[in-house]
Amino acid sequence: MSVLEIKNLHVNVETDQGTREILRGVDLVINEGEIHAIMGPNGSGKSTLAYTIAGHPKYTVVDGEILLDGENVLEMSVDERARVGLFLAMQYPVEIPGVTVTNFLRTAKTAIDGEAPSVRSWVKDVRESMKNLKMDSAFAERNVNEGFSGGEKKRNEILQLELLKPKFAVLDETDSGLDVDALKIVSEGVNRAKANTGLGVLLITHYTRILRYIKPDFVHVFVAGRIAEQGGPELADRLEEEGYDRYQVAESAAE
Amino acid sequence: MTSTAQRSSPLATPGQHGLVAHSDGPFVPVQTRSERFRSVNVDDFEPVNGREHEWKLSPVAAFADLTGGELDGSRLPIEAADVAGVALSYIARDDDRIGTAGTPEDRASANAWSAFDEALLVSITGEDEKVAFVTRTALGDAPRAAHTVIEAAPNSRGFVVLAGSGSARLSENVEILVGDGASLTVVSLQEWDDEAVHLSSQFARLGRDSYLKHIVVSLGGKVVRVNPSTHLAEQGADIESLGLYFADAGQHLEQQVFVHHDAPHTKSRVTYKGALQGTGARTVWIGDVLIGNAAVGTDSYEQNRNLVLTEGTRADSIPNLEIETGDIEGAGHASATGRFDDEQLFYLMARGIREDEARRLVVRGFLTDIVQKIGSADLEARLTAAIEAELEGR
Repeated sequence: MSVLEIKNLHVNVETDQGTREILRGVDLVINEGEIHAIMGPNGSGKSTLAYTIAGHPKYTVVDGEILLDGENVLEMSVDERARVGLFLAMQYPVEIPGVTVTNFLRTAKTAIDGEAPSVRSWVKDVRESMKNLKMDSAFAERNVNEGFSGGEKKRNEILQLELLKPKFAVLDETDSGLDVDALKIVSEGVNRAKANTGLGVLLITHYTRILRYIKPDFVHVFVAGRIAEQGGPELADRLEEEGYDRYQVAESAAE
Repeated sequence: MTSTAQRSSPLATPGQHGLVAHSDGPFVPVQTRSERFRSVNVDDFEPVNGREHEWKLSPVAAFADLTGGELDGSRLPIEAADVAGVALSYIARDDDRIGTAGTPEDRASANAWSAFDEALLVSITGEDEKVAFVTRTALGDAPRAAHTVIEAAPNSRGFVVLAGSGSARLSENVEILVGDGASLTVVSLQEWDDEAVHLSSQFARLGRDSYLKHIVVSLGGKVVRVNPSTHLAEQGADIESLGLYFADAGQHLEQQVFVHHDAPHTKSRVTYKGALQGTGARTVWIGDVLIGNAAVGTDSYEQNRNLVLTEGTRADSIPNLEIETGDIEGAGHASATGRFDDEQLFYLMARGIREDEARRLVVRGFLTDIVQKIGSADLEARLTAAIEAELEGR
């Protein structure tokens, strides 16, 4: 039974205006097979949490811990984190000119498994996953994210999620910019990965819309760099009706 | 041989050409590219001091022997397999073909022209596809001159690789004569030793409705300067000019590309891409395109992209476009020199790929669109492997 633990996480980022404190003591425990939605207004630190887990060099952890099955994730390089089973589906995946999706997927799979996948089953797996995500087979020969529409980029992220089979996935606003059809396709991909591999999910979103298709076990409301409230799926329904205003009022009153 | 010096700028007088642009004299605007001083006779050029416009970005002290010294003009040792439809022979200096594609515009080129004994003729006939390698290897440390004529008969097709490896101090001229309706690829492949110096002026003249793919690949050598000029002399001529270079620490790789649209409905595409890695890695790309007043309906685009992998490198990238007619299809240029993108690295590493491999993927990806346009699977595989070796610092 895998578990991802985030303890008292404090994270700074360097900006032109100097050091800014973004995360101010985040505590979170995600067990294998659980779906946790992190919701919150813009600028509350949701994406910072996602990138800090993945190890982006822009963010500096000043206090706290991230543990995967007791192992100190913060001491690992970006690629090591991926190899122990962490995955970040990015909000703005970058283009890699000249590197085809096929080449990229095979290289990543080989890196994560420590050996090249067997050709026959790998080709079949890729084809199957692409079909499930309603990606045209011509995608495989296109360069990674180059000229992809917003929806295609997100599907490509979920394709990687399905094929690389991580233990925990952080989905950073995967729903943003998707029309309802693409949203359904992407959500089905996440649900499939969870059903197949017992994936634990940290679903970061601004909107409740995606929660119609991916049912969270827990909802955490993120405000000003920490968790302001948490509960079950019913909390999402309440946010749908009330928005984030009441947290922001509380926050500004506290300051 | 008599001098065929051409002077069209009224201010250039013998003995002063090449100096006017930067002397203390009256201000002289930059001359049009087609009116540069040209001569096949080395003595028509002043000794090189490094301030001339054609030399100012080159380490001229590293090859004073090639611009000013006596050159050995005897035949170069070459290796070439027999290929049907590709004949190799030597022709005399007074052969009619020599000088039809161009005339030297710098002293190293003129020095080689003045010094060569015979020219190597690579003659291509027949409409079937064929690939011929002509490899010059281990040319020694003494300064040498060479002249090569690659002639594609009307309506012929061919693929010629002019490769260099081992030691060299070589100044040479290459003339490429593409007959009417012919389709020719010429690859100039520089994989010299670390100490080698190679200066090559390559002149192409394209006949009516002909097509030339000209590819410069510079990977090895201390100083490698390949300057391809293309004269789109007849209606419908089409040049695809490609370049790929990878400069390591202390390496100077230069290319001055010139395309002259001189007939209606001619087309040019110039794409050069380079990577720089290590202290003192230096590249120069100058791309001149001249669309003459006869060249109505011209379609032209040139671009240069450089990927900087480490500190301590320098890439010069200078596109120039001169247009003398208003009636063209299109003309454009682009130049970009950028650092390695850390977000690409993060993305790949976030998928478990180790840093060194991620870097390799990005650089290979950057250069690959040139490699893929070469049109020979064997050569593409060989160059991909060579780029890998460069990345590993081998």
